[in-house]
Amino acid sequence: MSDQEKEPIFSAKNWKLFTAPLDRNNPITVQVLGICSALAVTVKLKPALVMALSVTIVVAISNLVIAALRNYIPDRVRIIVQLVVIATLVILVDQILKAYAFDVSKQLSVFVGLIITNCIIMGRLEAFAMANKPWPSFVDGLGNGAGYGLILIIVAFFRELLGSGTIYGYPVLEKIGLYSTGYENNGMMILPPMALIVVGLIIWFQRSRNKELIEK
Amino acid sequence: MEHYLNIFVKSIFIDNMIFAFFLGMCSYLAVSKTVKTSVGLGIAVIFVLLITVPVNFLVEKYVLKKGALIWLGEGFSDVDLSFLTFMVFIAVIAAMVQLVEMVVEKFSPALYNSLGIFLPLIAVNCAILGAALFMQEREYENVLEATVFGVGSGIGWMLAIVGIAAIREKMRYSNVPAPLKGLGITFILTGLMAIAFMGFMGITL
Repeated sequence: MSDQEKEPIFSAKNWKLFTAPLDRNNPITVQVLGICSALAVTVKLKPALVMALSVTIVVAISNLVIAALRNYIPDRVRIIVQLVVIATLVILVDQILKAYAFDVSKQLSVFVGLIITNCIIMGRLEAFAMANKPWPSFVDGLGNGAGYGLILIIVAFFRELLGSGTIYGYPVLEKIGLYSTGYENNGMMILPPMALIVVGLIIWFQRSRNKELIEK
Repeated sequence: MEHYLNIFVKSIFIDNMIFAFFLGMCSYLAVSKTVKTSVGLGIAVIFVLLITVPVNFLVEKYVLKKGALIWLGEGFSDVDLSFLTFMVFIAVIAAMVQLVEMVVEKFSPALYNSLGIFLPLIAVNCAILGAALFMQEREYENVLEATVFGVGSGIGWMLAIVGIAAIREKMRYSNVPAPLKGLGITFILTGLMAIAFMGFMGITL
């Protein structure tokens, strides 16, 4: 019964922790965290999806662990403690990817390792997990991972569709017969610079809808 | 000699940390508001890469690789510690950054004052760990190659951040659509700069 006296697992407050990072407090477009690895893996949907999942798992579990330990970590060495927790989780994710999804792991190359220095994780640990209970921290981690994944998937969707004419490897444009009308893939979309420009356009779109996000 | 020059030029222009791999974007976006601070951060990054890439190379070669521990004796010839790579690299980087900070503080207070605030930030800059991981993936043959690659990547990173800072200083006088102001236009500008840098593609010396 004691569980029911506490706040319910998905109270309105916790739900808000989860949904805020999807839009108004998005880690990439508003908090400006974790851009380092976000852009390089968005040529195709599949690696983007795997990357989004890996980051969500790491940020949620490391938030949970650090929030559980927050009263025992001395302030001076907290960065090292956080890095050790994150690095352990990333090693696990890397080994699992190598074992069960080797081709995706090769495509992601160094970017799996770079989850360690992904600013989203350090940022959320510092800003949220060090000052909150384990469960809300876990939800916050899930939300931020999902917000990060959302942007990754939007960018990857457009880059794959316009650049290679496929969606998740399925040749959509070929099936609807667009090529026979003289359409050609835009090779530019596969190149790295377009990832930056697509994110710039997403920010433009988001901020013209939410006026309060506009910078002075 | 030409071989090293080739690695150097390649790491600055073609495999530029920011324009080709988007590494170190967080500090790139946060610190590029004025040219002065971005020069400071750029120098600090070059400095740290100059030290951490060769150190990580030696650690990889003599401790982590399969069979690397053979210098300890025959019994260690099939020990493979490569699964510890991430943990060891990040520890080396954090320790080196701390060490560099203390040494600079002791011997050159002037440099420390200009770099001071940026040095601790660098430990979690993706460009540093990224350079170490690329160094491992591309299998450079000796310490000199790794060092040249490290310094080149640092210079490329500095080039990018100083360039965008200069553009952002000028941007204050231009009439940008309100929702694009700040972050949005910086992304698009970086994209355009990256397109310009793609002109270097395929250069070999």
